Amino acid sequence: MAYGEKVIDHYEHPRNVGVMDTKSSDVGTGMVGAPACGDVMRLQIQVSDDGIIEDAKFKTYGCGSAIASSSLLTEWVKGKTLDEAQEIKNTEIAEELALPPVKVHCSVLAEDAIRAAISDYQSKQEA
Amino acid sequence: MKFPIYLDYSATTPVDPRVAENMCHYLTTDGIFGNPASSSHAFGWAAEDAVKQARQDVADLINADSREIVWTSGATESDNLAIKGVAHFYHKKGKHILTVKTEHKAVLDSCRQLEREGYEVTYLDVQPNGLIDLDVFRAALREDTILASVMHVNNETGVIQDIASIGEICRENKVIFHVDAAQSAGKIPIDLQALKVDLMSFSAHKIYGPKGVGALYVRRKPRIRLEAQMHGGGHERGMRSGTLATHQLVGMGDAFRIAREEMGKDNERLMELRDRLWQGLKDMEEVYLNGDLEQRISGNLNISFNYVEGESLMMALKNMAVSSGSACTSASLEPSYVLRALGRDDELAHSSIRFTIGRFTTAEEIDYVIEMTREQVRRLRDLSPLWDMYKDGIDIKSIEWAAH
Repeated sequence: MAYGEKVIDHYEHPRNVGVMDTKSSDVGTGMVGAPACGDVMRLQIQVSDDGIIEDAKFKTYGCGSAIASSSLLTEWVKGKTLDEAQEIKNTEIAEELALPPVKVHCSVLAEDAIRAAISDYQSKQEA
Repeated sequence: MKFPIYLDYSATTPVDPRVAENMCHYLTTDGIFGNPASSSHAFGWAAEDAVKQARQDVADLINADSREIVWTSGATESDNLAIKGVAHFYHKKGKHILTVKTEHKAVLDSCRQLEREGYEVTYLDVQPNGLIDLDVFRAALREDTILASVMHVNNETGVIQDIASIGEICRENKVIFHVDAAQSAGKIPIDLQALKVDLMSFSAHKIYGPKGVGALYVRRKPRIRLEAQMHGGGHERGMRSGTLATHQLVGMGDAFRIAREEMGKDNERLMELRDRLWQGLKDMEEVYLNGDLEQRISGNLNISFNYVEGESLMMALKNMAVSSGSACTSASLEPSYVLRALGRDDELAHSSIRFTIGRFTTAEEIDYVIEMTREQVRRLRDLSPLWDMYKDGIDIKSIEWAAH
């Protein structure tokens, strides 16, 4: 399969690769996917007291499109409020990366990942 | 070195320049372009002679009689003709067929079609090394079994099945035995005088011949009958109609002749290169060889790099052409059914890369491949959350993943 330029760019130069302290109260972690399905994404956000995402990190096991989707997402969520980040749709990611139909599930996984990270952060605040 | 490096010889091979050159003499007005079936003039006679020689060259590689060779468009057609042809011809004797889960789709889908027509098919499991357990095979035969189909060499793993023993079992039980030899002809010796094989499928383009041509061996003693799948002018003793493609057949004949002359030398070299590649990769952490190392053709190395997804690794190895059992490379989104049949976990099937080398692979290329593969596996593991977990001592199987 031939890849789009943006997928290749993110794949070869992934942004914001890394790990944050899962236990820290200002960090939300979302891990989605399954090894048996061929993709697992871990997305982490660091949130300021006023609810702004200050930093985001990811690691992804998966195809080039899965890596690119999560890399792009970390760029997009930085500086956004949690509400704004929650609004990001998989279709926007798929469109930006020009993902072919068989790769749309990679963008769905990225959307799931940011929601899981936000939900993890919020549950920590309630605790 | 020329990039990208071709390491997908099991998918197809380039045509040997000696073969390609000769094929050109059978196309234009200056050459032998006649219809081999035109028995009334010299154009036809010359083409018929060329086809006769090609038939002999194919028969010689496998120690068969040239009258036992039926030309087809390739191994897929040969598999279809053998399986459906036998099933339809012998349906009054029984309606059970025995085959194996790791067979090529041309065999599996032919069997599926027969199931739709009311036949019963048993798909045998293989052992973790990819080989059939002969006792399991014997036990699966029934009173009404008419046909068994087992591939000689597996296209994904390169594992060699013991077709000599399986043939003996089939003959004892009066079951017709078909072997798909698309991946073995020209790579390991085949002696059809010794083997109890009744039908064997061949392809030209896997051994440096042209695409679009193949053959089916149909045994004469004891005689095996088939119902034709392609009807028309009654070519190939009625088993496969259609004008013979002289230049294609000449190409296949040349490729088979060269294979017979050079197989020994080619194999020695390939074995050295394959070992060089395996030695260069096997000391990495969490690397698994798929399929038996000993019962395997010299040109194949199928490896799983755990915690790295196969398609992304192929993308990283952009200077080389390899293939993967990862789901992401197939339209079905299912990982390799062959590796799963070997009992490999889905994640290891997703992480597999098949390197297949051949006549034009060099040691310099292998050294580059080793260096590049090690570097890119390291890079992708740095990106992999599963690798982090493995390094932290977390058992990935202990986690409840949400399948999607």
